[in-house]
Amino acid sequence: MSTPAPKQETSVTLEIFTAGLWKENPIFVMMLGLCPTLAVTNSLANALAMGAATIFVLVGSNALVSGLRHFIPKQIRITTYIIIIATFVTLVDYLIQAISLEMYNALGAFIQLIVVNCLILGRAEAYASKNSFNKSVVSAAGMGVGFTFALACLGSVRELLGSGKLLGFQVFGDNFEPWVVMILPPGGFIVLGSWLILFKWIEQRQTKKIISSDAATHCTVKHNP
Amino acid sequence: MQAEESLGYLFLNAFLINNFVLAMFLGLCPFVGTSARRDTAINMGIATTFVMLISSICAYGINVILVKYGLEFLRLISYIAIIAAAVQLVEMTLKKFSPVLSRALGIYLPLITTNCAILGVALIQTAKGYGFLQSVAFSAGAGAGFALALILMAGLREKLELANMPSVTQAAGLSMMLAGILSMTFMGFAGLGGSAT
Repeated sequence: MSTPAPKQETSVTLEIFTAGLWKENPIFVMMLGLCPTLAVTNSLANALAMGAATIFVLVGSNALVSGLRHFIPKQIRITTYIIIIATFVTLVDYLIQAISLEMYNALGAFIQLIVVNCLILGRAEAYASKNSFNKSVVSAAGMGVGFTFALACLGSVRELLGSGKLLGFQVFGDNFEPWVVMILPPGGFIVLGSWLILFKWIEQRQTKKIISSDAATHCTVKHNP
Repeated sequence: MQAEESLGYLFLNAFLINNFVLAMFLGLCPFVGTSARRDTAINMGIATTFVMLISSICAYGINVILVKYGLEFLRLISYIAIIAAAVQLVEMTLKKFSPVLSRALGIYLPLITTNCAILGVALIQTAKGYGFLQSVAFSAGAGAGFALALILMAGLREKLELANMPSVTQAAGLSMMLAGILSMTFMGFAGLGGSAT
């Protein structure tokens, strides 16, 4: 990112970028944009293509919303945002069709359905409409990369277990019996559920550690005087 | 060939075999968000089905006009505008004629605009070239399927609230697991209509 930001702002913008990656990850933490997440992650390649398309729409529309934020009347802002987003999605739709027709058919209607991805409208309303152009672009890029990361998490597990391959290469050898259910719809729900439970478990362990160390310091403070 | 499917089959296909939520992953956000209690789930299901029917009919009309003038690239933008208008219309009508229902639906009604199942119905019926009656049957099936999945899920979640679950599963993870099991059950309907894929 070559954002010409002033010196004090660089640390802020880096934080804004990384917030989308982990702390406010759109899928694992905020549970936004679930439909494309589950529908296109039956292989890693599809997941990455969907992620790239979403990043393009997210950054483009948030940049435009942020740039125009002083000109959009408050009453019709949601409609305006939707139309801006729909324009970018139409662009991406034709772009993917031109680059790879095979990928276009694999993703199906879900490219056009990026319009109603709550993540994009949510960011436009909650962030881009209130913050400066630079900040909005960086934040949108962070969110987009976080979204793609989550898609890749799901896609790699599902492709690995469901077909024994990763990006089309055999991983487990010929004797591996694929778990076909992982590529089918139920697999999407189950893998996402497992990731969520795993993250919750890690989070709980961390808070437990913090609480116990807090308690320990409290005790020493109490005992000292 | 696709356009020759019977109305009953179309309804059944969208309702059970390719259930919109559990097999095609459309409308998951409200599915997770509003399935905590059964009465909100029922209200949400009815409202969504209603909006789906209206927007599907409008989308059919708009598509005829767009194709006539060769403006297919405007399809997405006009569909989303129609859906937003339909939701607004339903909201105003409800407020006038049934304030009770309108209050019960609360903020869920405006949120229907960003329900991808509704745009999904409009896009799929266009892509498959369904006629007018077929579109109506398809969208009614899709709406009913959405309501069914939502109500089933709400029932399960209400029951589980009283169960003694490990603390790690008390967030959205459990809902996803439940949805996975429900989805597996719905796979059992495959082949019900004869020539299912």
